[in-house]
Amino acid sequence: MVSKNLVELRGLKVAFDGVQVLHGIDLDVGRGEAIGLVGESGCGKSVTWLAALGLLPGKATVSGSVRVDGQELIGGPRTVLEGVRGKRIAMIFQDPSSSLNPVLRVGRQITEALAIHRGLSGDAARAEALRLLDMVGIPDARRRFELFPHEFSGGQCQRVMIAMALAGEPDLLVADEPTTALDATIQAQILDLLIELRAETGMATIFISHDLGAVSQVCERACVMYAGRIVEQGTIEALFDNPRHPYTRGLFDAIPRLDGPRERLIPIQGTVPHPRDLPEGCAFSPRCSHAAVDCRSHRPDLDPLADGRLLACHHPVGQVLADTRRNAETRVMETVS
Amino acid sequence: MLRFVSTRILRALITILAVLTFAFVVLRMSGDPAQVMLGPDVPQESVDAFRKAWGLDQPLWIQYLAYIKAIFTGDFGVSMRDKASAMQLVIERIPATLQLTIPALFLKVVIGIPAGVYAALHRQSAVDRGVILAAIFGFTIPSFVMGLLLVLIFSITLGLLPSGGQDTWQHGILPTLTMSIGGIGILARFSRSAMIEVMGQPYIRTASAKGMPWQDVVWRHALPNAAVPIVTIVGFMVGSLIAGAVVVESIFSWPGIGRLLVVSVTNRDLAVVQCILLMIAATMVVSNLIVDLLYGWLDPRLRAQSAH
Amino acid sequence: MTAPLIEARDLVRTYEVRQGMFGKVTPVRAVDGIDLKVMPGETLGVVGESGSGKSTLGRMLLGIDPPQEGQTFFDGEAMPKLGTPEWRALRAKMQLVYQDPLAALDRRLTIAEQVAEPLAIHKLVPKEHRATRVAELMTAVGLRPDQADRYPHELSGGQRQRVVIARALASRPKLLVCDEPVSALDVSIQAQVVNMLRDLQEKNSIAMVFISHDLKVVRNIADRVAVMYLGRIVEEASSDVIFATPLHPYTKALVSSVPVPGKPLKGRMILQGEPPNPANRPSGCAFHPRCPLATDICRTSVPALRPVADGRTAACHLVTSADQPVAA
Repeated sequence: MVSKNLVELRGLKVAFDGVQVLHGIDLDVGRGEAIGLVGESGCGKSVTWLAALGLLPGKATVSGSVRVDGQELIGGPRTVLEGVRGKRIAMIFQDPSSSLNPVLRVGRQITEALAIHRGLSGDAARAEALRLLDMVGIPDARRRFELFPHEFSGGQCQRVMIAMALAGEPDLLVADEPTTALDATIQAQILDLLIELRAETGMATIFISHDLGAVSQVCERACVMYAGRIVEQGTIEALFDNPRHPYTRGLFDAIPRLDGPRERLIPIQGTVPHPRDLPEGCAFSPRCSHAAVDCRSHRPDLDPLADGRLLACHHPVGQVLADTRRNAETRVMETVS
Repeated sequence: MLRFVSTRILRALITILAVLTFAFVVLRMSGDPAQVMLGPDVPQESVDAFRKAWGLDQPLWIQYLAYIKAIFTGDFGVSMRDKASAMQLVIERIPATLQLTIPALFLKVVIGIPAGVYAALHRQSAVDRGVILAAIFGFTIPSFVMGLLLVLIFSITLGLLPSGGQDTWQHGILPTLTMSIGGIGILARFSRSAMIEVMGQPYIRTASAKGMPWQDVVWRHALPNAAVPIVTIVGFMVGSLIAGAVVVESIFSWPGIGRLLVVSVTNRDLAVVQCILLMIAATMVVSNLIVDLLYGWLDPRLRAQSAH
Repeated sequence: MTAPLIEARDLVRTYEVRQGMFGKVTPVRAVDGIDLKVMPGETLGVVGESGSGKSTLGRMLLGIDPPQEGQTFFDGEAMPKLGTPEWRALRAKMQLVYQDPLAALDRRLTIAEQVAEPLAIHKLVPKEHRATRVAELMTAVGLRPDQADRYPHELSGGQRQRVVIARALASRPKLLVCDEPVSALDVSIQAQVVNMLRDLQEKNSIAMVFISHDLKVVRNIADRVAVMYLGRIVEEASSDVIFATPLHPYTKALVSSVPVPGKPLKGRMILQGEPPNPANRPSGCAFHPRCPLATDICRTSVPALRPVADGRTAACHLVTSADQPVAA
C-alpha cells in the first residue's frame, strides 16, 4: 500500500553514547512540499535527517520509524538504506568544500551517482553529468568536468553537490544548512537555485537552517525545534505573523532588523541546555519569560491548535485565534534570568 | 614540475654530502685505523708506513677534499682490510640483506595495512584491539629482544627453525619475522588512524548519502584519501631496506650489509663504512623523493594549479 | 572638532601567494589603498565578503600586520613598529576580539587567570587589587563569579566570547577591533553579546571597528559603515542610511541578498558570478564583471572613493549624488 505522504517520521529518537539527543520526532513530508527545520545549534534538526538516512556514526542509537512510501528504513538491512539514499532522498550539507572528495575529479563524483541510480556509464553518463552541471549553473562545465574540488569556490562546490543530488532524480532533497558557509551574495544565488530546481523538478525539499529569513523564502511550512523536540509547527505565515511558542517568538525577536529604527536587540536569556541535563518539564522553561509552575514539572505535548498548527506549550504567547484549547489565564511566573 | 624535481635532487645531493662529511669526521676522530688494523704491538715504523700508504698522515681537510674529489670521479676507495674495492665489497653484500628486508617489507605491507584498515572500520572489535596491542609491541620491543624471543621459542624450545646462518630458506624465516613484526604493528596503527580520520570526513558522508554501497565508499572514496599518511610510512620503510637489518643480521649471523657495517666500524675500515653510509643515505633520499612525487599523484591539492 | 582616535591613510597590504606546489609566486593586494577615520567612542562597521580584505584591514589598524604603504595614526601619533616596546605599550589601548573564542583562549588557564593576564602584562593593577578588578570585569560582561575557576572548554560559545571581551577590556582600551565576534554564535546568544558590547562601549566610551559579513548585526551596532570589495572601500555612510538607500550597486546587492523573514525572493537583486580572486583583479572597477549596470568606463577606469552627499562617500562612476541612486 502506498501511503499519502512521501516520508513519515514517527517517534524518531537518537542517543549518542546513551545520551538522548532526539526525543521522538513525528513529521510527515508530502510529495513536492518544502518544509523548513529551524532552531539553534544542537536542537537536533540535522541529526533528525542524518538518523533517518542512517548517516550517523556508529555510536549513535536510532529508534522509531522512518517510512518512505511505506517502506521502513529503521532497523532494516543496509541495502534498503542504500537504495533510498540518493535515489528517493538526496542530501546536501553545510560545508560544500569538504563535502566533496578532494582526490576525485568533480565529473567522476557526479557520474558515480548516475551509475548507481540510473545505470548510466561512459559517454551517456558524461553527457548527463554535463547537463546537470549546466542546470545548477556551473559555467564552462565541459572544461571544469575534469577539475578537482579545490579548484572550485565554495558556492560552486555547493552547486556541484546539488548536481550530484539531482543525479538520482530524488523525490526529496534534504538541504542541511546549505548556505551557512557561503558569502551573502552567493547565499542568495544558492537559495534562488534551490527554489528554481524545486519548481522545475517537483521534488520535495527539507530545508534545515538557523536562518528564519532563508527558510521563509524556500518553504511553505516550518518546524521549530528545541532541545531535540519539535515545539511548534505550522505554515510560514502562521509562524511568522503570529508565533505562539515563546521560543519561536524569541528567535524572531533576536534577529536584528535591516530596516526600521535601530533598536536594542531582544535576546533569549540563558543558553541551550546540554542534552545530558535537560531541565524537567518543558526544556525551554528556564529561558522562558512566560514559564509558569506547571512548565517546570510537566512537559507539554505537541498538540494541534484550531488554526492548524502544532504547538507544545502550556502558556502560548501571541494572539489566540479561535484557540479554545485551554484557559490562557494561568499564573505566569517572573523570569528568572 | 621540472623546477620542483631539480630542487629536490639538489637538496638530496646536499643531504648525502652532509651525511658523508659527518661520517668522515666522526670515523677519523673516533679511533686510529692503523692501531686497530695492525694491533697494539707493532713497531712505530710500520704504523707510520701504514698511515702514509693510506694518506692518514695528511691533515684532515686535505684527506677530506681528496675523498670528495675521488667520489665525484667514481672512486669509492679501497678496503684497508681486504685491499679490494670498497664499493665492490658492499655491493656483494646487498643481495643477502635484500633477501631479508624485501620479504619483511612485503609482510609489513600486506598484513599491516589491511589489518589497520579493518581495525578502523570495525572499531572496538577483537581485530581492532589486537592491532592496537600489536602496535604497542611493535613500538616498544626492540628488535634484538624480539629476535632473541623468537629464537628462544622457535629454535631452542620448539626446535623448528635454525637460529643463525644463511644456508637454507628456513634460515631466513626468523630474521624476516623479527624485522616485520614491529613494522606490521606500526603500519597497522598508522593505517588505522589514517582510515579513522578519513571515515569521519564530510565527503565520506556525502558518498554514503548518494547511495553508494559501503564497500565502494571504503575502496573508492576512503582509501585513496588515507593513502598519503600510509605512503609516508611505507616510504620510510623502503628507505631503510638497506639500513634496517643491522641489528637483526648481527643476531642471526646473516652475512648482509649490516654485518659488514658492524665489522668495518670495529676495524675502522674507513672506505667500506663510508660506502655503506653512502648507500644508506642514497636509498633514503631516493625513497623520500619518490614519496614526494607520489603525494602529488595521490592528492591533487598538492599538484600545480596549472589551469589558473 | 575632535581629532580621530585612529586614522588610516592609503593603507596597502600585499601578500605573496604561491599557487600550488610548483606554481609561481604572485603578489595579492589584500588591502588596496584604504583611508578611514574612527572618532573616539564611535563604532565603524566594516562589511564585505570573503577576500574583501576586511580582516587584514582590522589587523593593520592594530599594527599587527604592517602596511607596505600608507600609515596609521593612533591618537594623532604614528603607529610604532610591530614588536617595539612602544607598540606593546600601545596595544593596551587597542584590543582585538575575533571569531573563534576557543582559539583565542588558553585552555590550560582558568577564566579568572585569562582575564587577569593583561593586568599583569601591562602592569596595570597592583597584585592585591587584581582579583577585584577581574570580578568587576566578569560582572561587566555578564559572567557569574562562580565561573571564575572554570576552564574555557567548560563554557558555552557565548560565554567564551564574553571571557575574550572581558580580557580585552581589562586594560581599559580606547579602541576595540572586533573581527566577526558573533558570527559563530546562535542568534539568541548573538543578541546577548551584541547588546553587551553596545552597553560596554557606551559606558566606557570605547571606539570600535566591527568587522562582519552580517549586515543586520553591523547595522545594529555601528554608527557608520564601510563596505569593502576586493581590498577597497566602495561605499561609506552612516548606518541609518547606507542599508536603507544604498548607492553603490554592490551595497545594493548585499542588502538585497539578506533574506527578510516573510519577504519573497522575487524582485531581489541576485548578483551573478563570484567575488573575483584578489590575485586576478579585474581592470577598472573591480566590481564591473558582476555589476548589472557596468558601462565602458567601468571596465577601464578605477572609480575613486569620493563624497556624494553629506557624510557619504561612494566609489562608482554611475553614482552622482545621493538624490539619484543608481537604478537597479
